[in-house]
This record gives sequence, structure tokens and C-alpha cells, in this order.
Amino acid sequence: MDEKSRVIVQGLTGREGSFHARQCMEYGTKIVGGVTPGKGGTTHLGVPVFNTVAEAVKQTGANLSLIFVPPPFAADAILEASDAALPLVVCITEGIPILDMVRVAAVLREGRTRLIGPNCPGIISPGKCKVGIMPGAIHKAGNVGVVSRSGTLTYEAVAQLTGLGIGQSTCIGIGGDPIIGTTFLDSIRLFNEDPETHAIVMIGEIGGDAEETAAAYIKANVRKPVAGFIAGQTAPPGRRMGHAGAIISGGQGTAKEKYAAMAAAGIHCAQNPADIGSTLAAALRH
Amino acid sequence: MKIHEYQAKTILAKFGVPVPSGEMVIKHEDAGAIADRLATPIVVVKAQIHAGGRGKAGGVKLAHSRQQAAELAKQILGMKLVTPQTGAEGRIVRRLLIEEGLDIRKELYLSLVVDRTRGAVVFMASSAGGTEIEEIAKDNPDAILRETIPVAAGLQPYHVRKIVFGLGLPPETVTVAGPFFQSLYRAFLETDCSLLEINPCVITGDGRMVALDAKMNFDDNALYRHPGFADLRDLDEETPLEVEASKFKLNYIKLDGNVACMVNGAGLAMATMDIIKLCGGSPANFLDVGGGASAEQVKNAFRILMNDPNVQAVFVNIFGGILRCDVLATGVVNAAKELALRVPVVIRMEGTNVELGKNILRESGLNFTIAEGMKDGAEKVVRLASGVN
Repeated sequence: MDEKSRVIVQGLTGREGSFHARQCMEYGTKIVGGVTPGKGGTTHLGVPVFNTVAEAVKQTGANLSLIFVPPPFAADAILEASDAALPLVVCITEGIPILDMVRVAAVLREGRTRLIGPNCPGIISPGKCKVGIMPGAIHKAGNVGVVSRSGTLTYEAVAQLTGLGIGQSTCIGIGGDPIIGTTFLDSIRLFNEDPETHAIVMIGEIGGDAEETAAAYIKANVRKPVAGFIAGQTAPPGRRMGHAGAIISGGQGTAKEKYAAMAAAGIHCAQNPADIGSTLAAALRH
Repeated sequence: MKIHEYQAKTILAKFGVPVPSGEMVIKHEDAGAIADRLATPIVVVKAQIHAGGRGKAGGVKLAHSRQQAAELAKQILGMKLVTPQTGAEGRIVRRLLIEEGLDIRKELYLSLVVDRTRGAVVFMASSAGGTEIEEIAKDNPDAILRETIPVAAGLQPYHVRKIVFGLGLPPETVTVAGPFFQSLYRAFLETDCSLLEINPCVITGDGRMVALDAKMNFDDNALYRHPGFADLRDLDEETPLEVEASKFKLNYIKLDGNVACMVNGAGLAMATMDIIKLCGGSPANFLDVGGGASAEQVKNAFRILMNDPNVQAVFVNIFGGILRCDVLATGVVNAAKELALRVPVVIRMEGTNVELGKNILRESGLNFTIAEGMKDGAEKVVRLASGVN
């Protein structure tokens, strides 16, 4: 994704899609069309609306889709985008049934589409392209890659970085669901290979073992400085803390275990959410 | 969403899973008649709560006569069961399952769960069924077989054979296990389970495979496509404030502390609980008001928070990029006035029109403290909650 990305919005004419598409356009993102079945042939926000993703891609040359489709239909929307061979799909939707995502994951494994999300704020390369719902104004172009399961907690961290004069290369919201298209590991591998990313901030939360897996990769492969924070140190076990994926299950997925894995990997850990920015700053000086 | 054992068994029976004959009672007087109808030498009286470990806590008893069944029912109904899963406060038993006793030759552990790392359904089995599965998972994980079920082909006969032979069961078990496992898998998919656990699954003296216990957790995200499931919900098993909050689509979890928080976004809400603790305070709750943070939602949120008598201060931490802080502030002021809020409220807002919002709070004349940043907010609210100013 960069300043040349051509974006279509699935669900463009809906309330959420409409509002956020306009915000992205104001940021400078090239939104070239939308998909709402039954409204093909109309225009919305100055761009053409199509009945199908395939048609939209054919007519606009889009290479990225941003999905604002309600939960009962969102998995289908992702599959349609994958069927149209879009290289990148960002799904904002929260509330997709987990078995739908099991089926989606199986299809995506065979295709060439990268999914970010679902249940995520999207992805932004400050100054270049915003594909999501994050507030553009708190971001600053720079060289720190941010990857997070959260939405507003990411904004908190980004605001801290920007406040310290530390800009961001790309911020990836991977989402709060248990089954997601792009993991911490995937994101960190991409940041590691990205010449414009010189340091990484990872913001995790309780539940699952994605942070531990990423930490092991970082220990073996990443020499760029990494700072990390895990939300949910005070979360009670067995409860779903808002995000479908944020649940300590059978004693596993605790913040303590994640911090231990990160520390063992040489990641600079912030215990306090107010110290995420300063922890990265210290890591840069180190 | 959790349901009771008796409800899970009713659902599984519809999918062709053999379950013991039995009926649920809420009045102990009805137990005797059911024991008569079952007409088995042994009848089992089982407490129905949304937690495991009932047997060890005295919630599952065998009766050898109608009389004994009636006595046990009277004894167990209304009792407070304390198990490792209920916590120290325990759970009052309000429902019983009166079930036929079976001639148990062998006990197994079976479960289906979505493995988030693999993004697939996993079938787990162990020859150590019954109450010890958690210890086994810890001490001897190899004793638990795991088969990842490919979503396209589904559960295949070879999966059944791998499990039966892997558990060291005699070959003829495949004949009963095949349909049993298939029915479980179908039930799991078609009801949108997140977890389906048969512990124990028993093989009887006459070679039948029966689900002696059944636990089904449903994916909350899929409830919209199972309209009947809402009726299965047992509000007695849920915390009253959390039930109230769910009516307003507020994500609320009650904790033990005295510093309440209201936040937009689950990750930030967890982080807010964390920072309250780090600043020496004790969070009273998790509350995610979601992307809305409308005046109505803010009022509903305050009402829920203030229904907790432990709350001595509230921290409102809202980071809305496009959220208008003047709109939020107006909502907060109106809510506080309408609810006659008496505890101190610390507010930290990020978004557009921040200064306008702060002015609205200051000019309200109410007990609002404005915070600059999350750490400032947490420190202030903890101080206020402890009565130090």
C-alpha cells in the first residue's frame, strides 16, 4: 500500500462506509469506486458504484479493497474480494462469526489475497495513504512501524510517538478477533524487510499466543529496535474483554506470559500504557 | 454464550448424539416422578450450573431409589456449590437434571474447539475422561490426541479411526464412534459453537457410546443467526449488572475495585484498567462504550457504573479521532445531572474541539476533573477514589 494505491470500498453507500470513505479521501487516499449490490451504475462521493467487486476492479483498476459490510455479510465480502484477486483487503467489521472466518481462512490460504483484519481500524502510511478509520491528524510520517490488535489504544500509542517527534512508516491494525488475516508475525516480517521502517512498536493484548510467536521470530531475525506493550494485565481469566480474541483460556494467553516472551526476545517492554512512546524512544537511543 | 448441561444434551440429541434419558426440574418435589419414569436401578441427580467441578463439590449424586432421588433433589436444589470454576462466592443451584444411571465400562474425554492459531476446527480426545482433564493437559499433554479437521472435507472416517486406535480402544469401537463423532461435528458447525466438550463420553457395558456430560459454548458473534438460542440464556447465571449492560449493547465486566472506568475501545479499556492498577488503584470494571460514545450511551454507561456500590470515582478515557469533544462533554454533563452523580469524575478526552469540551465541563459546576493524558487521569482518579485530594 502506498500513495499510488487504488482503493474500492465494499459497503461504500452505507453509513459507516460513506463517512469513513470521505475521511480517507480527505486524507489523500485514492478511492476509485465502491461496491454495493443493487446500486451499480450510480455515483457516490463522486466515484462510481458497482454491483460486484469483479466489475469494480475491471473498471477502475483497483488493487485494494476496504470493507465496511455488516457482520452477517462480511465473510462473503472478503471471499468476493479474494475471488477478484485483489492483492490487499482490509476488513473493518467487528462481529463476524468465528466459523465464518475458519472458512475464509481456508480459502485465503489458497489464494493471493492478503487480508488485514477483521475487527480492525485498518492501515495507514502517514502522508501517503489511509485505508481505515484511524484519525489521520495524530499521525506523523517517519520510520517507526506500529502493529497492534487494538484501535483506540493504537491511537494512544501513535499520539505518544508523534508527541515525541517520532514519526511512523506504517501503522497496521491487525484486529481484535481470534482468527485474522495478517498476524503479528506477518507484520513484523514485513517491517523487518521494509527499508523505510527502522524500529517497531507492537501492541498486544491477552488471549492466544500470537505475541509469543512473534517474539520468537524477533529474537531470531530482527535487529531493528522493538518496543512492546500488552493490554490486559488486570483482566480476569475466562472473560472475553471486548475483543473476541481477548480471552485468557485454560490459563494461557496471559499478559505475564507475553511480557516474559517479549523480554526474552530483547523487546523493550512498557508495563504502563502511558510509556509506550517513551519506551520506544529509549530503545532508539540504546 | 453458555448453556446448561441439560440444554446441551437436548440440542445434541437432535443431532443424533446418544445422551442418557433424563429431565430437568426446578422443584425438588418433581424429582421422584421422574425417577419413576426413568425406572432404572440407579438415577443420577445433577446440579445444573454454568461451571465445571460440580461432582467434587457435591453437586452430582447417585440415587438407588425414588425416595433417595427425592431426598437428594431437596438437598442439592438451593445449595451453594463452590468449585474451582465458580470462585469462592460459589453458585446457588436452581435447576437439577434427573438422569438414568448408566453401566459405565470406559470414560473418554472428547471436545471440539476452534484453534485460533491454525484458524481451524480441532477435535481433541483423551482416554482419561472425567474430572482429571485439566491436570492431564498440564502434566501429560501427549495423552490428548488432536486432529485438525479440514473445513472443506470435514470430519472423515480416517479421523475417527486415528482417534479410536490412538486411544487404544478395541476396533469395534469405530462402529459406534463414527456416527457419534460425526454428529458432534455437525452439531458444532450448525450451532456455531466455540467449544463443545463431552467429558466424560462413556462406553457402556453393552457397547454403546453415550455423552454422559455435555458442555456447549456458543459464539456470541453468531447468535444473530440462531434466534432460538436467546431463550436458552439463564440470567441467574450471569451478574445482574452485566445483564443490564448487555441490554444497551455496552461491553461491561464487573470487577472488585472502586475506580470505575468508561472507555472507547476494548484495548484502551483494558489498558485503562491496567494503568489504574499501576497507579495504585483498583479497577471496578471493564467498560467499552464502543465507537458510538453518544449522549445516550454515555448516560446508560454511567447508570451501569453507578449501580456498583463499590465505585468511589470514575475515569472517563475517550480517545476519539473524529469524535467531537464538545458533543461528548455535553453528553457527560447531562448524564451527570440527570443521574445526580455524586462521585468525582475524571475526564480525559482526545479528539476535535478539545478546548470547547473542556470549557463545557468546567462551566457545568459539577465535580469534574480534567486530565491531560492517560497517566495524569489515572493518577488523579486514584487519588480521588482514596479520598485524598
